[in-house]
Amino acid sequence: MSQTILFAIIALCILGVTAAVILYYIAQKFKVIEDPNIDIVNDMLPGANCGGCGFAGCRALAEAIVKSKDLSVQKCPVGGNDVMKQISEFLGLNSVETEPQIAVVRCQGSKINAPSRIKYEGAESCAFAHYLSAGESGCQYGCLGEGDCVRACLFDAIIIDESTGLPIVFDEKCVACGACVKACPRAIIELRPKGKKDRRIYVSCISKDKGAIARKSCNTACIGCGKCVKECAFGAITLENNLAYIDPLKCTLCRKCVAVCPTSAIIELNFPARKQKTDTEELSEPVKTA
Amino acid sequence: MKTFKLGGVHPKENKITADKPITNLPLPAKVSIPLSQSLGAPSKPLVDKGAIVKTGQLIAKGESFISSNIHSSVSGKVVKIDEITDASGYRKPAVIIEVEGDEWMETIDRSLEIKTEITLSREQIIEKIKDLGVVGLGGATFPTHVKLMVPSDKNAEFLIINGVECEPFLTSDHRLMLEKAEEIIIGIRILMIALNVNKAFIGIENNKPDAIAHLTGLTDKYENISVVALKVKYPQGGEKQLIKAITGREVPSGKLPIETGCIVNNVGTAYAVYEAVQKSKPLFERVVTVTGKSLSDPGNFLVRIGSPVDYLVEHAGGLPSDTGKVISGGPMMGKALTSLEVPIVKGTSGIVIVPEKKSHRVNIHNCIRCTRCITVCPIGLQPVLLAQLTAAEKYEEAEKAYIMDCMECGSCQYTCPSGRPLLDYMRLGKGKVGNIIRNRIKN
Repeated sequence: MSQTILFAIIALCILGVTAAVILYYIAQKFKVIEDPNIDIVNDMLPGANCGGCGFAGCRALAEAIVKSKDLSVQKCPVGGNDVMKQISEFLGLNSVETEPQIAVVRCQGSKINAPSRIKYEGAESCAFAHYLSAGESGCQYGCLGEGDCVRACLFDAIIIDESTGLPIVFDEKCVACGACVKACPRAIIELRPKGKKDRRIYVSCISKDKGAIARKSCNTACIGCGKCVKECAFGAITLENNLAYIDPLKCTLCRKCVAVCPTSAIIELNFPARKQKTDTEELSEPVKTA
Repeated sequence: MKTFKLGGVHPKENKITADKPITNLPLPAKVSIPLSQSLGAPSKPLVDKGAIVKTGQLIAKGESFISSNIHSSVSGKVVKIDEITDASGYRKPAVIIEVEGDEWMETIDRSLEIKTEITLSREQIIEKIKDLGVVGLGGATFPTHVKLMVPSDKNAEFLIINGVECEPFLTSDHRLMLEKAEEIIIGIRILMIALNVNKAFIGIENNKPDAIAHLTGLTDKYENISVVALKVKYPQGGEKQLIKAITGREVPSGKLPIETGCIVNNVGTAYAVYEAVQKSKPLFERVVTVTGKSLSDPGNFLVRIGSPVDYLVEHAGGLPSDTGKVISGGPMMGKALTSLEVPIVKGTSGIVIVPEKKSHRVNIHNCIRCTRCITVCPIGLQPVLLAQLTAAEKYEEAEKAYIMDCMECGSCQYTCPSGRPLLDYMRLGKGKVGNIIRNRIKN
């Protein structure tokens, strides 16, 4: 009996030692020499693995940064300038400051602005709704409201507003990873610079239809009238295929284009309220006294 | 009685227009003829704004290998070449013609006499079919001349004529078989010459005993054409199911029917081939069933291509006030229209009016793992799995599970007790996987 136990112990010991020797030899022979900086840079990154940088995950970006020693191309949109600065200090590289970006939804075809003419009852998927038909309002460029962008967002930064049927982006949560941009089958969502004091002006429509047709399905469509182009003193607005586009790099946020747009297709965000016009004050006065 | 083995469903037939003879509809005031009416590349317009065209005049030419010619369906003036809304709501180019009189091209033989003698050679027949814009009228609108050009390494043995019409409600093929049987048989003989085959079968479901009897009587004198009565089961009208039902052969995954030595054509196509080859008449009109239980006067109409749908509905008694949905095609595979102004195209086999209370989908519940969708799939796929893979964006796995073999018959969604949108996801998955495959070939 005791002999059997002894034999088993000895056999296992021999086996263990042999395996240890083999494993040690293999570990030495096939050692992967990795830059220890990769782990440190990886720890600095947010760890969201969103793929917004264009790499498979945070570690892949860390490897690329350490390997290339160039911070002008590889960037983490989630961490932003703070994280990139931290990494650049650690690696002793020059960091390039970039303006933070944010996702904007370029459609105002809400249930009121673009009333439904048909009813879609198919699968809850923008990609399928896009494949099946032009959409409930009849606008073949507009938001379908089935929420592919919501499902793509890893940061809960985008939701569908039940009352309008359009997505809303939360400024404080959006990290500009671009997942929603890729998910949208109609390319409605665009990444734009966040702007000074979060102020942004953009054309909230991507309809390339001629004015009359665009207007038929949506009250707030860009009709390609070109008034904003004429109004802009900085040459920031271009008109192509019946659609105006404001170049965020040239735009000085003067808000003149917003005022002239006949369909309110141009949106201004986070600006202080405009000075009220005198006639509206006059109108409101009797109400106060009464 | 023969049928295909795997899967299938039995939707209620509702063939309420089966005894309504084909009536010729008066010409509409204006037609919009879309430039993309068949599978493949859109055709290039040959006429300009203001041009005066005759009925049957070539107005757009198919230029790539898979594309077809389009002819004017009326005589009159081209008002504009513009984008119009198609059945799905997207804007597509079309030629819009204002009707003035009805002057046909001189080349068209308008006599009522049936021309039985076939004088043309194989090449001449295919050329004529191509020139006169004949496409498959079963619904997929594959250009017929391409189908007839069998690759040299393949051998066509049988011609199968599809008179199944397994879609509920639709009766256009049924009426055609009763009223134009002699012409159809000549069309079949022409197709047999073009394909160089010695045997043709006409497959008809046994819910049309009158058509079976009529065609059997007429084909008695031709030894090599036989009528096959088939047990009623949807989707027997599917190419692969029909081949299986008649010959017992199975089309391999991802391959064309020619692999089994069979070429399938619709009865409507056979009739169009007769008219094109024997009468030099281009494909500019077709039989459309306008039906629905709420319609006061449903029927089968001979309609010029490009007529608006509401014009047809008007002639069938007007749109009932309780209408919830108008479907182009049959209720199983057809497409709900986004507007009634869309034109009839070569592939429109029927217009089905559905009342409001029957036009909505049932509420979606969780999958109860009953596997009914797998039981009814005529291809032998697992729709529940494929829908899940697509929803999870696992397209590579979906491809391995043969998603591209799905023919979108809708049996899975029809039978699902939980009302799950299985077909929607299958179609989405097919689109995505198709893109992946195309990109792979390109690179």
